[in-house]
Amino acid sequence: MSELVLVNGEDEMILNMGPQHPSTHGVIRFIVHTDGEVISRAEPDVGYLHRAIEHIAEKCTYEGFMPYTDRVDYVCAMTANHVWASAVEKLAALPVPPRAHYLRVISDELNRISSHCIALGAMAMDLGAVTPFPYALREREYVNDLLEELCGARLTYNYHRVGGVGWDMTDAWRDKALRFLDHFEPVIDEFDRLITMNEIFVKRLANLAVIGAEEAVAYGLVGPNLRAAGVAFDLRADMPYATYGDILPKIGWQTPVGSGRMGQTGDAWDRFWLRVEEWRWSVKILREALDQIQATPRGEYLIAPKRLRPKGDAMARVEAARGDMSCYVVGDGTPNAYRARFRTGSFNAMGLVREKSRGLMVADLVALIASLDIVAPEIDR
Amino acid sequence: MKAREIFERVAASAGHEAVFALDEAGEGAAVTVPDKPADKAKAGAGQGHADAGRDASFHARPADLMTVMGVLRDDPELRFDFLQNLTAVDWAKREVIQVVYHLFSYAHRHEICVRVDLPRAAPHVSSVVSLWPTANWHEREQFDLLGVVFEGHPDLRRLLMPDDWVGHPMRKDFQEPKTYRGMPTSRPSPLDLLVTYDRAHAPKPQVAPAAAAPAPAPPKAETPS
Repeated sequence: MSELVLVNGEDEMILNMGPQHPSTHGVIRFIVHTDGEVISRAEPDVGYLHRAIEHIAEKCTYEGFMPYTDRVDYVCAMTANHVWASAVEKLAALPVPPRAHYLRVISDELNRISSHCIALGAMAMDLGAVTPFPYALREREYVNDLLEELCGARLTYNYHRVGGVGWDMTDAWRDKALRFLDHFEPVIDEFDRLITMNEIFVKRLANLAVIGAEEAVAYGLVGPNLRAAGVAFDLRADMPYATYGDILPKIGWQTPVGSGRMGQTGDAWDRFWLRVEEWRWSVKILREALDQIQATPRGEYLIAPKRLRPKGDAMARVEAARGDMSCYVVGDGTPNAYRARFRTGSFNAMGLVREKSRGLMVADLVALIASLDIVAPEIDR
Repeated sequence: MKAREIFERVAASAGHEAVFALDEAGEGAAVTVPDKPADKAKAGAGQGHADAGRDASFHARPADLMTVMGVLRDDPELRFDFLQNLTAVDWAKREVIQVVYHLFSYAHRHEICVRVDLPRAAPHVSSVVSLWPTANWHEREQFDLLGVVFEGHPDLRRLLMPDDWVGHPMRKDFQEPKTYRGMPTSRPSPLDLLVTYDRAHAPKPQVAPAAAAPAPAPPKAETPS
């Protein structure tokens, strides 16, 4: 739904984009002020997906809130589960068995792969390249099947628990996961040949919507967007949580950062390429995690807390597919949280869109939003 | 850098009365995971370690917030370049709204939490947008949901709720209005409207009058005999 409004006596035209626009990745509205094809400013109008999830957290128990965290970011629900579980565990000082940590890492990384499938496939499609989208979604289906077998759901997993995870994995599942990785690794190279290094695609994205390191930090960009700007910071490596501290040194981890290979550092192509690199690293992490988990005792995957009545406040941070997702939770000694707050990657990225859109072409606004991997429910929560 | 060093450095630059109530909890007090399963179950009883659940934090006086934040961001030893999270908590019983700033430094990889207590009746505090542009949307959200007024904010409008919404929904005493622009904000649960039939005392099924009345005599067939 787009409509044109001509501002009286001015050359400026106001174009309404959204909220039901296919390339806004959810329900977001932009009020685009343009001069011809050039945007003078794009004002984001969010809140269409506001479900008051933080308010719901005050109304149900710590454990009972877990399914709602899936809805914070339904493209990468596993990490939202993870951040809530870690925040409550930190708040109440609960122990988590090592096997649960490995299962969390495995499920997080699988979900990261599927989330990036959506991000990359949809971005290519937003720019007019339709073919990569079904390729990416085909791979996502395999991940969904795997996760469905692990926890019974394909999208909103509700897999992590306060104190562990919901179910253990089986050997058959582990074999399937390894088989998927064997299949997926060559697919990444195929995807590179198909789109990442495609000359037309590179020319379309290189030097577009450049976000430098200083700007990225000031505006609080996180995750792949921050790393594409050249800041080598990844929570998994720099502030290891779960069992990433045991896994990453074994696989020779090097935080991938944008280097301006096709243009300036921090352009839209860098952000695209960085997510492809994250696929490769996720595969390596998964192989190592699926190997190391064999050493942990079977069946010890959950220490369910009894009488959870924590007091105080705690902040937990987890590297989600859209970067550092943090959860701040306040307890007042009752079974419900007194206050919860999710700070997500898309929320921060969206705050930058107004600044970055100045001087872009209308068609490039879509590229900017897609390259920041904005998912609307994450903004509004 | 440890919380105490950060606190003392800020106090030295911004004035000793500007910051107070340092809470070092969490640092040095690692969560101990017991080995035996029986102990694990006990540790999982929700009590756990007394200190582990908190982040190191200190309070700042609202009037000195900008000075304190300026030191935290610009001091080369501190360099908190990332406003990781900004939120507010409504402590209705204490008549306080607490704004909580979580800061992180990419340069030094340390973090700190700064708290500011504001009177609940008039929660006004300086905006930190000039220090961290990312605060723009964070402050708009807290203004929207809790009614904290950030003075000096370039564009303090509601973010998530409609512009003409009345009240701040995350306040503990917020009452949801019955209608919004003539639309009801709640609807009866369909389960309440569900008609249930009590089978035991249900009225006997009425015999259909057509069946009760003697059927009209069929036209007499001419039968032999």
